[in-house]
Amino acid sequence: MPVITYREALNQALREEMRRDERVFLMGEEVGLYQGAYKVSQGLLEEFGEKRVIDTPITEEAFTGVGVGAAMVGLRPVIEMMTFNFSIVAMDQIVNSAAKIRYMSGGQFKIPMVIRGPGGAAHSLAAQHSQSLEAWFCYVPGLKVVMPGVPKDAKGLLKSAIRDDNPVIFIEGELLYGTKGEVPEGEYTIPLGKADIKRKGSDVTIIAYSKMVLLAMEAAEELAKEGIEVEIVDPLTLKPLDETTILNSVRKTNRVVIVEEGWEFGGFGAQIAEIIYRKAFDYIDAPIERVAARNVPMPYAKNLEMATIPNKARVIEAVKKVLYFD
Amino acid sequence: MPEKILESFEIRRLEILDPKGEVDESLMPSLSADEIKKMYELLILSRTFDQRAIDLQREGRLGTYASILGQEATQVGSAFTIKKSDWIFPSFREMGVYMTLGYPIHQLYQYWAGDERGLKAPKDLNIFPICVPIGTQMLHAAGAAMAAKYKRDPIAVITYFGDGATSEGDFHEAFNMAGVFKLPVVFICQNNHWAISLPRERQTAAKTLAQKAYAYGFEGIQLDGNDIFAVYKGTKDAIEKARRGEGPVFIECVTYRMSSHTTADDATRYRSKEEVEMWKLKDPILRLKLFMERKGLWTEPYQKEIEERSRQIIDEAVKVAESVEPPHPEDMFTYTYAKPTFRQLKQMEDF
Repeated sequence: MPVITYREALNQALREEMRRDERVFLMGEEVGLYQGAYKVSQGLLEEFGEKRVIDTPITEEAFTGVGVGAAMVGLRPVIEMMTFNFSIVAMDQIVNSAAKIRYMSGGQFKIPMVIRGPGGAAHSLAAQHSQSLEAWFCYVPGLKVVMPGVPKDAKGLLKSAIRDDNPVIFIEGELLYGTKGEVPEGEYTIPLGKADIKRKGSDVTIIAYSKMVLLAMEAAEELAKEGIEVEIVDPLTLKPLDETTILNSVRKTNRVVIVEEGWEFGGFGAQIAEIIYRKAFDYIDAPIERVAARNVPMPYAKNLEMATIPNKARVIEAVKKVLYFD
Repeated sequence: MPEKILESFEIRRLEILDPKGEVDESLMPSLSADEIKKMYELLILSRTFDQRAIDLQREGRLGTYASILGQEATQVGSAFTIKKSDWIFPSFREMGVYMTLGYPIHQLYQYWAGDERGLKAPKDLNIFPICVPIGTQMLHAAGAAMAAKYKRDPIAVITYFGDGATSEGDFHEAFNMAGVFKLPVVFICQNNHWAISLPRERQTAAKTLAQKAYAYGFEGIQLDGNDIFAVYKGTKDAIEKARRGEGPVFIECVTYRMSSHTTADDATRYRSKEEVEMWKLKDPILRLKLFMERKGLWTEPYQKEIEERSRQIIDEAVKVAESVEPPHPEDMFTYTYAKPTFRQLKQMEDF
């Protein structure tokens, strides 16, 4: 299998879907001439022209709302948020329009639209540019939320998101763009709403998504040296969530650690924990551990940033805690 | 070096039919006697619809309703020139637009009674759902216009909003997008002077709303929104310009909200009787009646006949609306996503 970067995988997905369907177009800040702030749209302007790769003014609320309008009349917009931090100013169009128009029109209008871009912390980008906002979007009926961690998933899921008839929030990892992984040759898609077992194991289940999958993998490798076999479940789609795969793993290992990059209070991990407690209570041998960001705005200082976001040591510690080690 | 003037602009104001029913023949659009009568009948129908909606709300048969009283000419006059192939993005105070387009009236009562299925437009009408958040529909209109351009569809997209909406970010962002991409949108502002209790002067320090378009690189005009001929002409010119691919136009229709903001509001608490009385003299229906009377198009029996016909249409619409079965709980799950999610299917079992 070819090894490509996460960025290239997304680029392939966009290119393939734009070739496949004339109605798909990309719109956002710096997506055309500049080839994307993170170069995800490299070469797309050249291939598809200004009609389908549209550079907009700095106006997130507008290009999101324009996307909604275009979707209502039959196009399939892909809206790029330069980073998901900027989606905050477009939240009204996302929450009140994109998510609700199908419902409020009695099913008359669908909004087949993808809003994509990087989320989470990068390196020292400070509090306003380092946020994990997935919990906000997961709260809203009408939206789907997808967060791939590796190139193969990024490509297959983005293709499915573009073909989906619902508004899909597709959050990429700012630090993942340069990471590499195997991607199948040729055409493939990965269905939304289906989790993936990233590593088989029998002792503990780690549920992690996006960048945290890589962290969980690192932790699992190290724990394996101590004879602890970790199973890693990557939900891929946070909403709708594949509860079955999660619960099957939990019923097998009886111990759970949930890792997320977002804030701990009100974070998406709390929702996963609730599902496990309610539906697999009798299978749990230890209280669920959560590893998440500290409840502070992301610090600018490198050392403080590292102290805030989850790291390998904290994941290992959590695993040992649910195993009642030390 | 002397200072230079880089750009200056003038705001045109269009008036054709004055409150006494006299017209400026040089500006008068070409309309047949039948068309003028049709306009008048739509004004009466719209007012009848509106009054009945208020009555029904008072009786507890409708939810909160936003009256169009006094604004009928802005709505009928503009919609009169819209083609079926055009697209319309309304806000929530445009019942006269719906009447003019031939929207099923019973569905409007059904909607205001709280049943969103009332917004399901007939297949041949491109009218989008009523939009209650202020100004968000302007961006959807810009998006539909972008799609029309994308598909090389020679149509216009018309969107309605009030004076209050011009302070929203969505207004400015939609104008900016429409200007930058030269989109075929006609922005129609019903400047009715009041955004709930806030007067127009407190909405913006600008002398006109129309002038705001110039900052975004396109034309804005002001017209007398109680003058149906001015509204018709201004809208027709703008729509034709948009259809020709010459970009957006902003039309500020100066009218007056004769009623309260909604049935949940009491405007007497914040505005003067004198102001309301003054606007009564500028009534859009009255002035068209005076014009028609002068032209021999209006008689007492004609008035009685169309009032009676409007009443019958409205009676029938209310009857149909109230005979519709309330929506089934399943509907709320059915329409959230293309397919209900696993959790929704679980919750659906409760019903």
